[in-house]
Amino acid sequence: MSGHHHEGYFDPYSRVESPVHNLPAGVKLFVALGLVVAVVSVPVRLASAATFFPAVGLFLIGVAGMSFVPPSFLLKRLAQMEPVVIGAGLLALFQPGGVRVFVALLLRTTLCLSTMLLLANTTPFPDVLAVLRRLRVPGIFITTLALMYRYLYVLVDESQRMRRARASRTFTRSRRGAWVGAASTLGHLFVRTGDRAERVYHAMCSRGWK
Amino acid sequence: MHVPDGFLDGKTLAAAGIFSGVGLGAAMWNVRRLSPRRVPLMGLSAAFIFAGQMLNFPVAGGTSGHLIGGVLAAVLLGPSAAVIILTAVLVIQCLLFADGGLLALGANVLNMGIVDSVGGYLVYRAVFRLLPGDRHSARVAAAAFAAWCGAVLASMVCSGELVASGTAKAHVAFPAMVGVHMAIGLGEAAITAIVIATISKTRPELLDERAGADRTGSGGFLVYGLIVAAALGVFVSPFACQWPDGLDHVAKVIGFGHREVERRSVITNYQFPGISNLRVATAVAGLVGTLLAFAVALGLSRVLMRSRAGTVTAGDEPALSGAAP
Repeated sequence: MSGHHHEGYFDPYSRVESPVHNLPAGVKLFVALGLVVAVVSVPVRLASAATFFPAVGLFLIGVAGMSFVPPSFLLKRLAQMEPVVIGAGLLALFQPGGVRVFVALLLRTTLCLSTMLLLANTTPFPDVLAVLRRLRVPGIFITTLALMYRYLYVLVDESQRMRRARASRTFTRSRRGAWVGAASTLGHLFVRTGDRAERVYHAMCSRGWK
Repeated sequence: MHVPDGFLDGKTLAAAGIFSGVGLGAAMWNVRRLSPRRVPLMGLSAAFIFAGQMLNFPVAGGTSGHLIGGVLAAVLLGPSAAVIILTAVLVIQCLLFADGGLLALGANVLNMGIVDSVGGYLVYRAVFRLLPGDRHSARVAAAAFAAWCGAVLASMVCSGELVASGTAKAHVAFPAMVGVHMAIGLGEAAITAIVIATISKTRPELLDERAGADRTGSGGFLVYGLIVAAALGVFVSPFACQWPDGLDHVAKVIGFGHREVERRSVITNYQFPGISNLRVATAVAGLVGTLLAFAVALGLSRVLMRSRAGTVTAGDEPALSGAAP
């Protein structure tokens, strides 16, 4: 895999054509925020469990259907996140009425997670940055986020290449060797990151930045 | 330690949001006079910390852990840059991967972006100055110990938030979260130590105090210290004194109800001996854990920097000092 298709490596469906993708990023961001606030603040009772939470679920399923993002992809991502939620939620079981709290947590968290997954996979990140910029988020933070998004793939790719290079030259089965290997790769990655940042700075200056 | 949405209630989210907002604001203020040359480094370092969090380290039985990286970023780039970098990492993880909640972002920034990185960095500065001897070894030891402290502090604040929200009870959340992170913190310490040692051996000039500084003055440190102290005070201290009570509950849950009855009779005979003893026991356990982590940190720096000392005495240093006056 070359470093050229970095865009959408982590969010492969964020640039698909669909009615949901065509909505302005700001609208999607605030709808998502509103949904999350509602899901977190509506108390989990018998009445709301029968009306409000299924309604949010159906709405999300509808949006997912219109977004043309493969359901299998969304479900896979949801399944990847769910163990963390269940693991942390287990802490809630050790109290009176813990099962109730646990079920409420699971319900709320799954709905919020689905909302955020849909937002992430229907909205290109640079559009989100444009919304943040309009909201007067300080420039240094926007620049940091933009550069991070741009070089995320590059650095992850580079660290994997360094790891592969190391693995193909060394021959260790010890856990200590694996730790020292991986962490010293990380140290070298930081050195390379610094060098790359220097080149990026000169490239940015030569194109009229600041 | 990424808290998802739905785990924290409104007042906790608001309090954590205010703390992290003030911390982030202070960090932005501190880097306002940052040299333009270092602006791309911030973005790329954020990508670096993200890549570092993706590297898996084998633990026992096929499971693996990964880095938080707060203290690592603070030691490499300065505390204010670290706050901004960790916040950027958490924002991207939330918006791009749904890892960590949107409303819980304030809490996650407070725990991992501020308490871990800045709290750990304050420990790093103190220990680095107090440790005698070779500065490179002292840096590795201080960074390792600070990484452990940062992870443990962050887990304490995180459990405090969960308890304040009514998601978990103090007697479960604190021992479980803090206990687990006292172990995870050792991994964090080891990775941080190896990374710093690697950079120290290959490119020591990158770790130079002036190169790494992000111009955080004493005012900035005061603000960070106050935020970390306030976070610990608000989220942890109300529950710290309930631990003995909590242990009673654990005993009841596990089914040692009769023991509790025994102990009650003891308490009626003397004045609070059980409570003070349990408190002392908790404090002693914490102290022993901290000392152990410090010993591990010193041991790591000894082992990791030994080869460096060897190569330097073997003739590297005269050549270097001769070449770069």
